Amino acid sequence: MMSIPGDLPAWVAILVSVLVLFGSGLTLIGTLGLLRLDNFYARVHPPTLGSTLGVGCVLLASMAYFTAVESRPVVHEVLIAIFVTITTPVGLMLLVSAALRRDWTAGDPSVPLPPDLPKPKAKPEKQ
Amino acid sequence: MTRVLPYPFLSLFLLAMWLLLNQSVSPGHIVLGSLIGVVGSLAISTLQVPTARVRRPLALFRLAVIVLTDIIRSNIAVAKIVLTPGRKANSGFLTVQLDLRNEYALAILSCMLTSTPGTVWVNFDSAKGELLLHVLDLVDEQVWVDLIKNRYERLLMEIFE
Repeated sequence: MMSIPGDLPAWVAILVSVLVLFGSGLTLIGTLGLLRLDNFYARVHPPTLGSTLGVGCVLLASMAYFTAVESRPVVHEVLIAIFVTITTPVGLMLLVSAALRRDWTAGDPSVPLPPDLPKPKAKPEKQ
Repeated sequence: MTRVLPYPFLSLFLLAMWLLLNQSVSPGHIVLGSLIGVVGSLAISTLQVPTARVRRPLALFRLAVIVLTDIIRSNIAVAKIVLTPGRKANSGFLTVQLDLRNEYALAILSCMLTSTPGTVWVNFDSAKGELLLHVLDLVDEQVWVDLIKNRYERLLMEIFE
């Protein structure tokens, strides 16, 4: 456990706490949305709160805190932001693609049809 | 130049990453980071990734600012939907006809749309140029089509095509 130095200026402490609370609050709302919404595709949306503004606020808080404590600019958190911004969308797109292909195979009528295939039920009816 | 540094921006990024990770700009780390940058971009060059040409670098910054404000705005919008009790999101799929064909521009658009809360890139039919999206708050389709066509696609075409 790291101890918080007593000579940390009050405004830095307040700024950092507000950013951390706001960021983690948004992430919490995102996970609540994951629980609350009803179908897979809708559920993909809320967790992105945590991966965008949520993580952004926490990283800003980290930068502000360590810059103040170590009395030098600490900005390597930018790397976390870059990597999260690149990797989360790719992961989400893979998940959604997998779900869509599953629903296409199952012939789920609630999803749009694949671009170049006939309707899933067309074949059995002909026979 | 192209022999040693096939992807100068990638090399530069790797060097910056190395310096940030080590939190140091000492000559030793600059040499080591440059070495990693050169070796990394040579390794990527064996994959024969096509290079992109950014025609208007300043427009790229404008795009970044637009995306950042949109992300903040849609964070609030999605948080509201989640927190309103008993509200069922009227989510749905949406097809947008894109004129954009540049691979890098499409990749950037897909990451932008997916990381913005409330929209997810689902599928892209490159033969027809049809983009399938899923939108959490689909009240008026035209609003979303206009947003993508006028706000993002036009700027991306200016930058890459």
